[in-house]
Amino acid sequence: MNLENIKSEIEANVPGCQLEFVLNPSPSAQHSLRLDHAHAIAVATYLRDAADLRFDFCSNVTGIDWPAKELTEKVKVKKLVDGEEKEVEEVRKTTIPGTLEVVYHLFSVEKKHGPITLRMSTKDRESDVHMPSLTPVWRSAEFQEREIFDLFGVVFDGHPDLRRLLMWPDFIDHPMRRDYVAPDDFEYEPTAHDDVLQRANQHQSEAIAKLTSEAEGK
Amino acid sequence: MSKQGIVTTTLQELYNWGRRSSLWPLNFGLACCAIEMIATTMARYDMARFGAEVFRPSPRQADLMIVAGTVTKKMAPQVVRLYNQMPEPKYVIAMGACAISGGPFKQGYNVLKGIDRYFPVDIYIPGCPPRPEALLDAFMSLQKMIDAQQLTGPNRPRHLNADAKSEFLVPEFGQHDLEPAQNSTVWKAPLVQISGTETDKSAK
Repeated sequence: MNLENIKSEIEANVPGCQLEFVLNPSPSAQHSLRLDHAHAIAVATYLRDAADLRFDFCSNVTGIDWPAKELTEKVKVKKLVDGEEKEVEEVRKTTIPGTLEVVYHLFSVEKKHGPITLRMSTKDRESDVHMPSLTPVWRSAEFQEREIFDLFGVVFDGHPDLRRLLMWPDFIDHPMRRDYVAPDDFEYEPTAHDDVLQRANQHQSEAIAKLTSEAEGK
Repeated sequence: MSKQGIVTTTLQELYNWGRRSSLWPLNFGLACCAIEMIATTMARYDMARFGAEVFRPSPRQADLMIVAGTVTKKMAPQVVRLYNQMPEPKYVIAMGACAISGGPFKQGYNVLKGIDRYFPVDIYIPGCPPRPEALLDAFMSLQKMIDAQQLTGPNRPRHLNADAKSEFLVPEFGQHDLEPAQNSTVWKAPLVQISGTETDKSAK
């Protein structure tokens, strides 16, 4: 059950697929494979049906929101300054575009092995949030993909019944995204602290100001 | 006279005794508090001792709504609608931290911060979840409350007052939150003193 072996096996059997080995440097060493959209169904079907793999159970599907982030690094560059060559430190900024990622955990009940981890990413997190659905391969992904659609806003192409699962149909936000702004209903917070305390104080002072202005008006 | 088998009472006492001794709760649970509520009705705690063993599956036959558990924003309109469908006199026990304030899920995007934002609550039980004894205590408090009610006068209960309304606004699903987020005729944010805060200092 070596993920590198599985990767090369898939590449040999699913022509044209582009798999990326995602290394996990932590002690758990739970590496994963990132699938490309075009061959995702073919790869998933192979993982499920290949006689030596038989990943017949998709136990968990979850979403991750990666907002765009800016990396600043100091680089030493040789430059000509006043006719002399000097080493100058430059600050380089690189932007890593944001993406929505979906993670699938697979087990084999028949072969008693697993888990392996699959990942898929959308192109970005605003304009193109599409991704192929793996529900046609593993039926157990259906509700979890609906939940990810609901809370992260990933649109799964090929999902048989893509509706919101937890929130109501008219709800337009995606609450598990990092930039979600919750409704400002902090009117009554008896045990507030930190950020909630600030908001509760703001509401309280507004209420007191309203009361005093009303009292003065009378 | 009672030795001769004659009992004297007032109409008010008889009326209140009848109501408090046959409170039929609505058969209705939302989360883990409902398990404690079920335990309360079973042989060990036996809510039947208080005349409340008949859990009704229809709001039309129920007198008491025990809001037992987390009220999610998706469920809140249905809870208010069930309350509206109950005939007067009707009472509400908010059972557990979630029903009274949102509890551990208070800052969540999907949980209502207390059912008292949409209709009046008679008894609050803290706890997560409250023990069956706490529910029984709440029940006895409600019975005492009913016993003390006057049939006439300005303090008479809502069902004897033709002007008092017994139905409350059912919130609608909005794009970001329930609309309205609270029924301002029922619930107003209390002014609380949060100790050691800026409002505290400016008040001085």
